Amino acid sequence: MPTTATFRIWRGNAQGGKFEDYATPVSEGMVVLDAVHQIQADQANDLAVRWNCKAGKCGSCSAEVNGQPRLMCMTRLNQLNLDEPVTVEPMRAFPSIKDLVTDVSWNFRVKKGIRPFKPRPPDAPDGTWRMQQADVERVQEFRKCIECFLCQDVCHVLRDHKQFDGFVGPRFLTYAAALEMHPLDEERRARELKTTHGIGYCNITKCCTKVCPESITITDNAIIPLKERVVDELYDPTVKLLRFFRRK
Amino acid sequence: MSTAPVVLHRRFGHTARRDAWWIQPLLVFFALSTFVVYATWAAFQGEHYTYGPYLSPFYSPEIFGGSPHSWFGARPALWPGFLTYSPALLILPIPALFRVTCYYCRGAYYKSFWADPPACTVGEPRHSYWGENSFPLVLQNVHRYLLFLSVFVLLILAFDAYAGFWFHDPDGGAPRFGIGVGSLVLTANVVLLAGYLFGCHSMRHVAGGCVDQLSRSPLGSRTYACVSCLNRRHMVWAWSSLFMVGFADLYVRLCSMGVWTDFRIL
Ligand code: SF4
Ligand code: SF4
Ligand code: FES
Repeated sequence: MPTTATFRIWRGNAQGGKFEDYATPVSEGMVVLDAVHQIQADQANDLAVRWNCKAGKCGSCSAEVNGQPRLMCMTRLNQLNLDEPVTVEPMRAFPSIKDLVTDVSWNFRVKKGIRPFKPRPPDAPDGTWRMQQADVERVQEFRKCIECFLCQDVCHVLRDHKQFDGFVGPRFLTYAAALEMHPLDEERRARELKTTHGIGYCNITKCCTKVCPESITITDNAIIPLKERVVDELYDPTVKLLRFFRRK
Repeated sequence: MSTAPVVLHRRFGHTARRDAWWIQPLLVFFALSTFVVYATWAAFQGEHYTYGPYLSPFYSPEIFGGSPHSWFGARPALWPGFLTYSPALLILPIPALFRVTCYYCRGAYYKSFWADPPACTVGEPRHSYWGENSFPLVLQNVHRYLLFLSVFVLLILAFDAYAGFWFHDPDGGAPRFGIGVGSLVLTANVVLLAGYLFGCHSMRHVAGGCVDQLSRSPLGSRTYACVSCLNRRHMVWAWSSLFMVGFADLYVRLCSMGVWTDFRIL
């Protein structure tokens, strides 16, 4: 491992910006966030960077390292080629605030648009419910999400096609899946998933799954099962017929 | 939802990635193109699709055709004379459309053939985008129906594989059990296709994904667990079965043409 490395960091704001090179000492065990902090302390005191836990659990330090959406605190320098400058830029799908900090507030607004948890009436007189572990396992995977929004950043529907008005993105499809598959939940979201949440825009190219730092199998376990539920609700005549007869 | 201000616009192929991101889509492009070209050519041949007890999977079931495997005899008289006839043309659309609408394959060919996106975080050639939200790609939702039809075809292929172990002596008499390399090829084809079909996302939905309380699923939570287990490697099953079905046709074809000799193990 070399003793110094160059970091090509994007400096700017919503009006524009440019990359600037900073050479800084590096050592075994360092992560990109360490190097950025070192640069901030020694060379660029006004460098804006958002972080919190340094343990991959708060989801604050999302950025693009060498073009790959990553948590800076979980990207070790020995995973990178330090013989050439390491580029560090903000998430490109979201508006820039300053340097590495982006405005992700769109995500919080979108989340409010998803129908909340609506449990069935309690199973026991004391107001509690009974659940089988087998029934909640699927949902537990989705609850690992740390809302880093790297999946939103990489998704081409948002990143390249800017469908911010018609598509909620992989993070919120996962959120909807966690509610929709919950054994106690009685809300029906399939129709809205198609209309306002735009699940049809996802073309299952799996970039979201690849970048998720919590290894949530977003596309296969959340989005595709939801797509199948949308088919039940909107497209499959046999399911409609079966439901009709069951109601009779 | 409110609109977020437009950020960067990337040109086609523009990315800050350093790795060889283009290798995978290119490999998929060549592999799928090769298969499509070969399968189309083979389907139109209308000959060399059987050898001894073997029947090429592209031609099974042979509903109308000239070989001893045919269900209802020669080609129907109604078939217009100016149209090429081959038994494969009646059946191949089912597995072909199943693969076209397969969730894994969709993701793969949208990337490799339509560059939508070419690879993750790589700029795209077009600005307009409908995804699978509207016509024509909304039609991909018929996938589950093609799954049911394909399972039916798979049962017939399983029967063919079994029949591939029963050889007729040249001097007549009842067929005798034997094992040729072709018997193994046809069997491997059925095993790989079964792994592919039973790990399908629509199968996973039917097998329990559609209910919220898996423990009360009509087929039992074990069925769902089995399908999910196959589903985790769906890509591997898709590619291996694609390769094998093409190879099985090639094997029967080359044996029938006398280029390859079917080696008898038993
Ligand atoms: S799989 Fe769907 S949601 Fe995930 S990145 Fe691709 S298009 Fe976006
Ligand atoms: S699903 Fe994964 S990538 Fe997306 S916000 Fe949650 S933790 Fe981040
Ligand atoms: S600082 Fe919390 S996830 Fe990186």
